[in-house]
Amino acid sequence: MTEPYVRDFQAFASNGAAGAPPWLREIREGAIARFTALGFPTMKQEAWRFTSVAPIAETHFTLPGSRRPQLALRDVAALSALGAGPRLVFVDGRYEPGLSSLAGLPEGVQATSLAEATRSGPRGELARRHLARYAPWQDSAFAALNTAFLADGAFVHVAADTVLAQPLEVLFLATSGTAVTGAGGPTVSHPRSLFIVERGARATLMESYASIADGLQWTNAVTETVVGEGARVELYRVQREGRNAYHIATTQSRQERDSYLGLHVLTLGGSLARHDITTVLDGTGAELILNGLYVLGGSQHADHHTVIDHARPHCASHEFFNGVLAERAHGVFNGRIIVRPGAQRTDSKQTNNNLLLSTEARADSQPQLEIYADDVKCTHGSTVGPLDQTALYYLRSRGLSPETAQSLVTYGFAAEILGRMQRPDVRERLDRLVRAGLA
Amino acid sequence: MTGKGKRERENVLLEIRDLHATVEGREILKGVDLVVHTGEVHAIMGPNGSGKSTLAQVLAGHPGYTVTAGSALYEGKDLLAMTPEVRAREGVFLAFQYPVAIRGITNAYFLRFAVNAIRKHRGEEELGPVEFMDALEEKLKVIGWDDSYLNRPVNDGFSGGEKKRNEILQLAVLEPKLAILDETDSGLDIDALKTVAQTVEKLRRPHNATVIVTHYYRILTHIQPDVVHVLSAGRIVKSGGKELAVELEEKGYDWIREVA
Repeated sequence: MTEPYVRDFQAFASNGAAGAPPWLREIREGAIARFTALGFPTMKQEAWRFTSVAPIAETHFTLPGSRRPQLALRDVAALSALGAGPRLVFVDGRYEPGLSSLAGLPEGVQATSLAEATRSGPRGELARRHLARYAPWQDSAFAALNTAFLADGAFVHVAADTVLAQPLEVLFLATSGTAVTGAGGPTVSHPRSLFIVERGARATLMESYASIADGLQWTNAVTETVVGEGARVELYRVQREGRNAYHIATTQSRQERDSYLGLHVLTLGGSLARHDITTVLDGTGAELILNGLYVLGGSQHADHHTVIDHARPHCASHEFFNGVLAERAHGVFNGRIIVRPGAQRTDSKQTNNNLLLSTEARADSQPQLEIYADDVKCTHGSTVGPLDQTALYYLRSRGLSPETAQSLVTYGFAAEILGRMQRPDVRERLDRLVRAGLA
Repeated sequence: MTGKGKRERENVLLEIRDLHATVEGREILKGVDLVVHTGEVHAIMGPNGSGKSTLAQVLAGHPGYTVTAGSALYEGKDLLAMTPEVRAREGVFLAFQYPVAIRGITNAYFLRFAVNAIRKHRGEEELGPVEFMDALEEKLKVIGWDDSYLNRPVNDGFSGGEKKRNEILQLAVLEPKLAILDETDSGLDIDALKTVAQTVEKLRRPHNATVIVTHYYRILTHIQPDVVHVLSAGRIVKSGGKELAVELEEKGYDWIREVA
């Protein structure tokens, strides 16, 4: 099932990727070899025991053709998670400067396409130093495939001590070959992002994924984020692709000394979604908030696998993932916390709470702690259950109708996660998306 | 009917007759009679397991309890025929013995839903977020509380005492006609008890009434009851003035069982 992609890669490498620097071509060659060696994962593998990617493996998704859909700015604004402000827009992983808007970015902030950034000069040097250095393409078939087809994507660099006050959005729009261009079969795009926030800088970034049409499509995204010493980053990620979309994503971040990363993940779309999130706390005193929510209905399946790697002492991580599952939806959460030898005074907390709104909905929750240091504080807990009848009665005893009581308790599961988002303007936008998802 | 008798009749807020109730098939209330007039404070005391909390929950409409006989009229209307939310909108409020946490929903957000449900029921205009917050701040000033509870999720992560105080905050905001306090005093330290009792006192009006369900005399030193009842084995076995509470404090409940 990997052969068609290898053939596509050969065509891609000899054609579309021609302009790439040698170092990148080398990485791609390595990545396609790893993809071939690893193959698509199966449910026999522990990390995939609840999620079958057979629907992806059994379909040959081709790269989108050169014919591009005509999109109006208005349509793009409607699909954007923030609706306004600076943004880089990508259609099927390719940068669309005409749909993007970079006005008002402060000096010291570079936001451009990876194709542009990898070309040469100081930006090329930055890209070379960081690109594909963190994402686990040696171990993950999907990250490998994305890396093999790495040609474009988002590049954001925030120079040391620079403040990016306005949230910057990176918007990836997926088309399906049939519905939009009227030709070809199902298509895959490999969105790629590289965010580098240097020492002492501050930034709010939004990574969002949406579909232009509801046809069969596959998005295979990889994001690498580096948070420099003392830097503070709020990184939001919203996935609201169509109901016939497969969404596979790898989010890898590395935090340096005394840095703060708030990583907020909202999964609303896709028929099959899998998101692997790994953050490495690689400097003393770093702090992470990993805050996620999945709201699923119909026969949606979403699987979040998170790894928080405490590699250095005196770091704190707080992870909260909530799931609201209606109809026949299936949510999977696997949260692994690793405390490396020597990572003393680690303070780590993890919770995953799942609300089942129907008897056919299902949630699997697996917290895992791997602690190799002795002076640490680690707690974890998870719950799976239906609406709390006592809570509903309590609310009714205050005058709320049963329907209002139910929607309030349900919304509370989401609001708990939304409440941890530090940017009120972003939180308000995402709150609206969540409410629409719950309605 | 004499003038006084007529007035009393008009002032009856709650009239319970021969109330029987079961939980999971077990009969807990075995014929409760109780009449509460507006302006009154009643204390229902009794040993553990006498049915005090069951009576409170039956009046609020807990779906786990089944009324098997008897009646409860509230302002002359059949209280037992109303759903829990209609009782609340009509002005019945139960301060829970074990308040429930609602994760992710702040007190202020929740209270606006509650206030608006009641306003809508009365045919009044619902309050927008800004108007509501103004009204809420005003209310806090009246009872002399700060706003530290407003933006915390309802009872989530609250200590036992904070939960009880939060019930009283809701009582203050919702302004019920009939307030039933189910063991609100338990788990409160002396200072918190005083604050709670003073707040309840401040909220007393000629047109409302309070029923305090308690195991202990303590709270009654701060809120003077007009009538004290002793509930034992599912029935009110003795009623009297506040001196009855003093007697119970001194002698315990054993002598009541003997009388009954």
